[in-house]
Amino acid sequence: MGASQPHESARAHVTGTATYIDDIPEIKGTLHAAPILSNVAHGKLRGVDTREAEAMPGVRGIVLARDIPADPVLATFVHDEPIFARDKVEFIGQVIGLVVADTVMEARRAARKVKLDIEPLEAILTTHDAIRAQSFVLPPVTVKRGEPDAALARAPHRLQGTLEVGGQEHFYLEGQVGYVVPLEQDQWHVYSSTQHPGEAQHWVAHALGLPTSAVKVECRRMGGGFGGKETQSGHIVVWAAIAAKKLRRPVKLRLDRDDDFMVTGKRHPFTYEYDVGFDDSGLVTGMKLVLAANCGWSADLSGPVADRAVFHVDNAYYLSDVEIVSYRCKTNIQSHTAFRGFGGPQGMIVTEAILGDIARTLKLDPLDVRKRNLYGIGTRDTTHYQMKVEDNILEPLISRLEASCQYRARREEVARFNEQSPVVKRGIALTPVKFGISFTATFFNQAGALVHVYTDGSVMVNHGGTEMGQGLNTKVAQIVADELGVPLERVRVTSADTSKVPNASATAASSGTDLNGRAAQFAARQVRERLARFVAEKQECEPGQVIFAAGQVSTPSTHMTFEQLVDDAYKSRVQLWSDGFYKTPKIHYDKVTLTGRPFYYFAYGAACTEVAIDTLTGENRVLKVDILHDVGHSINPALDLGQIEGGFVQGMGWLTTEELVWTDKGYLATHAPSTYKIPATGDWPPHFKVEFWPEANREDNVGGSKAVGEPPFMLAISVWEALRDAVASARGAATVRLDAPATAERVLGALR
Amino acid sequence: MQLQTIRFVRRGQLVSVGNVTPSRTLLEVLREDLAACGTKEGCGEGDCGACTVVVGEPEGGKLRYRAINSCIALASSVDGKALWTVEDLAADDGTLHPAQEAMVQCHGSQCGFCTPGFVMSLFGMYQNHVAHGRPITRELAQEELSGNLCRCTGYRPILDAAQAMASLPAARIDEAEVLALLGRHPRGGGDPKRSGKPWIPASAGMTLAQLLARRAAEPAAQVVAGTTDVGLWITKQHMQFPQVLDVTRCEELRRVERYENHLAIGAAVTLTAAFSALVEDRPQLKTFANRFAGLPVRNAGTLGGNVANGSPIGDSMPLLIALGAHVVLMSVHGHRDLPLEQFYTGYRENILAPDEILAWIKVPRPRVGELMRVYKISKRFDDDISAVCLAISMHLEDGVVAGVRIGAGGVAATPARAVQAEAALVGQPWNEAGARRAADALRAEFKPISDMRASAAYRSEVLGNLMHRFWLESQGARDINLEALAT
Repeated sequence: MGASQPHESARAHVTGTATYIDDIPEIKGTLHAAPILSNVAHGKLRGVDTREAEAMPGVRGIVLARDIPADPVLATFVHDEPIFARDKVEFIGQVIGLVVADTVMEARRAARKVKLDIEPLEAILTTHDAIRAQSFVLPPVTVKRGEPDAALARAPHRLQGTLEVGGQEHFYLEGQVGYVVPLEQDQWHVYSSTQHPGEAQHWVAHALGLPTSAVKVECRRMGGGFGGKETQSGHIVVWAAIAAKKLRRPVKLRLDRDDDFMVTGKRHPFTYEYDVGFDDSGLVTGMKLVLAANCGWSADLSGPVADRAVFHVDNAYYLSDVEIVSYRCKTNIQSHTAFRGFGGPQGMIVTEAILGDIARTLKLDPLDVRKRNLYGIGTRDTTHYQMKVEDNILEPLISRLEASCQYRARREEVARFNEQSPVVKRGIALTPVKFGISFTATFFNQAGALVHVYTDGSVMVNHGGTEMGQGLNTKVAQIVADELGVPLERVRVTSADTSKVPNASATAASSGTDLNGRAAQFAARQVRERLARFVAEKQECEPGQVIFAAGQVSTPSTHMTFEQLVDDAYKSRVQLWSDGFYKTPKIHYDKVTLTGRPFYYFAYGAACTEVAIDTLTGENRVLKVDILHDVGHSINPALDLGQIEGGFVQGMGWLTTEELVWTDKGYLATHAPSTYKIPATGDWPPHFKVEFWPEANREDNVGGSKAVGEPPFMLAISVWEALRDAVASARGAATVRLDAPATAERVLGALR
Repeated sequence: MQLQTIRFVRRGQLVSVGNVTPSRTLLEVLREDLAACGTKEGCGEGDCGACTVVVGEPEGGKLRYRAINSCIALASSVDGKALWTVEDLAADDGTLHPAQEAMVQCHGSQCGFCTPGFVMSLFGMYQNHVAHGRPITRELAQEELSGNLCRCTGYRPILDAAQAMASLPAARIDEAEVLALLGRHPRGGGDPKRSGKPWIPASAGMTLAQLLARRAAEPAAQVVAGTTDVGLWITKQHMQFPQVLDVTRCEELRRVERYENHLAIGAAVTLTAAFSALVEDRPQLKTFANRFAGLPVRNAGTLGGNVANGSPIGDSMPLLIALGAHVVLMSVHGHRDLPLEQFYTGYRENILAPDEILAWIKVPRPRVGELMRVYKISKRFDDDISAVCLAISMHLEDGVVAGVRIGAGGVAATPARAVQAEAALVGQPWNEAGARRAADALRAEFKPISDMRASAAYRSEVLGNLMHRFWLESQGARDINLEALAT
């Protein structure tokens, strides 16, 4: 632990031998499916004419709602999504059925020949229209502390405003894909590119009317997930399973990239209204916020996403008197879902915007206003959801970055540059992140693992987590190798598989290593302890005196190789494998009042970003980024650095170039990389420096580490704040209205 | 449907694949027919680079290496060439190629799905730069990898890997062996086992006369010249072609010819080569050339294809219109030579007769005193389609605009010449007021649409602002664009 080991699949990645679902050799008789998509945002589905499609070459069958063996509604928590549209359609891209054919292209060609008879109804597309029509996927939620109305009334200064922040397509490089193979006696082997095999298993079993035990879901790796394969992957295998059931053949469903954009949910777009009061020092004394999440046509994970947004409105700041109203708007677009940060970014960004505008209004440095509002230690330390912030390192972390990146000198330099530069203007911002770690649904915070030691001393570990590129399997292998004192190459991590570790939570909420790493550690520990007891008995010493390190096992009187010990132990009938189970301590949460301790700990970080804008065109570029981030004691610094850099760049994309555009008919016009622009190589800034905060996690977490998947994403809010700083500098204005993403067009608009 | 057998060299062997339909893509053949699943499909439209492979072609007794997108390349396009995929780089004993080893050492893969494409782009860079002793700079790495998307890393480790390749133990391609297998190189000693039978693929070459004859004989054939757009008609619009006529098989059209007053660029010249020639004459076009598309698209696509396709958002036409380029259309009956802007008649419509092909693009050489700039506005700096593209070429005499040509893209149904803005300038003194009048004329001249790339209002406003930028640049203003700051 603590070493920058390469990703356990790195060699397989670079040689093209790492297997993704579509690379698995196909079983004889495999058919391919393509979805039939609604082309109307909202309407009555009066008929589906499949005659022309059925006559197309290679077509083997059409699958519609009537072919679903059991419950035609997907087994989601809210139970509000028909598996295939039945009598109505609710967005353009809704899946009405599948065409199944001998080849992928035959299926896709035929799917476009299916004729839909849809009577259009009025569509709701925006949060504004949804609130007016009281169209919600879940009821509104209000969190309140103190007396915000009174605090606002007596505040020396007030600011009111609105803001819109766009969604984000996951753009996992491997699109959604599933491969369903019927086995004997109504058992099913499902290969899914999924972050949540357990849920896919549950959904497939439910739709087919089978016990969960009849379905096995397996995922060796995903080609990226980012939250987009937490629930959305489940739909794919349910659809394919229904086709496989009807046609009695293995069926693969791999979405074309454009279909993937059209069918699957994205990061929730948010709109905001705010009213904030503050004093002369920039201290926020009262705040009222409305957060409206555009959830799309169904609830999916919108409840917990919107909750997390409410939880993260404070970001790093103590909000004394505050009211937050959260709307979960139902609209006729894709059903938005989990995406790295899971509402956290959408919660934080509005407060960062407000603090930036407060600073400019008062002619103070935004960093000073941010520091003025930070959570205290021993005072001003309780969140608006009544959790005490016990591990606060915000002030020293921010101050350290402020010094190391020379924030003050650079701010002056930016001002000097702007005075003499007529067209190009620069901006700078330093923003913090405080991100709560744990699933807010407490029961998800559990994990299991299996560690098998074979008689040759090789080790296999299996856990409930999934590998999507983040390096979970590498970290788990490091943890197990460390626990058993064997070289890393002796430890192999195998596919996530519901038949090995059951009931596993999604690999999400940044919790993969915290949960599964600990479970694997416990499993390995039990094997080690058995071995230690076995050796201790033979060598007449205490089990605690048996040391496992570097493939050797030593006692005060002797030492042997791990392999020797294992062989001896096997022959003495010592159990060489074990399970491990972990549940996160300390957490509890009341989902009615939205209070409690939903998070085991917080992960912290801060970023300083400098940008430039072109005032003739609004084009913009990130020039310099300095990050100080808290991963606790890193289990693998190279992987953690990868998460920090990759998360930041993804966040930068969300706030700059990645624009989702729906037409006034509800058609997503940006549905391929030709029109939807994630960052490319040229967007990596010329200066990018990352440092780790040196302290271990103050809570007892695996290896002293902290979760790292999501928190760095929100460091990119510094990019957007720096752009607003540049716009303010160019305009000489205090408040800046700049919706996100800050495309060239929006920046030019903000300059007016 | 015409079925064909395609043959190419891979891993030191001649590979033959039968029964390939004309619209079958290279990626399909790799993954479905050859079970070579290392190459991935990310988008199926040449925009993500996950499917990048490297093609080698004989040129002047050597191999020329090009990284291309296999998802939009026709399988037939590699007939008679050498092909490398991600499975083909490591040595038989498992030793990784420097492109692979550097990626491992620099932690360049996370989910690994884009990795094969990056590795192949790196391999292309290795052959084209490192193998010739030329180091890879950060700038070059960013330029040449701009057609490969990664959603995990943020790119730093991959850029590091590009720069690290040269310091790893070298890997060498036995070019003589490949050329021998392609029938283009008499392997020394005449070992029949090594050299095999010289093999000249039937489709390897065509004279211009043959091409025109085939065009006349097969008017229903789909003409292709790189398939960086036609490939999408197959993958996204599900079109199938009974016959394909590949212009890039015509050696004569793969040449850039330099004359005193103009360059003649053959219709089969890749965008990479065409822009290289244009940049040689006008160095200020370098950034624009790099931004045209990702390298795998520029390596496969042709300038002739871009012009003949005539997309209103294609970037080469505004530039060529401003430069006063002509197109030469040819058929068995003869040829026509006309200004580019007269080629288009409407949205993706042009004056080509059924038996005609676009054969040459003639670009005037720069005159002394030419003021020439091209501006591209897009959401992303690299590898994006223009919301607005504006190219201006001006000639001043005694402070008066003696001549000006303005090409605009993204503002009308076809790439267009801004004749009203030109009229507002010609014969007038070149000063700020004149530039302002031209900006107003430009804004008035076009009625752009609103779409996912930009609103009509933004497009109009920026058109004028870019004229203002041109004025500032003509006055020697520097540091008024972001490119200068980014390096």
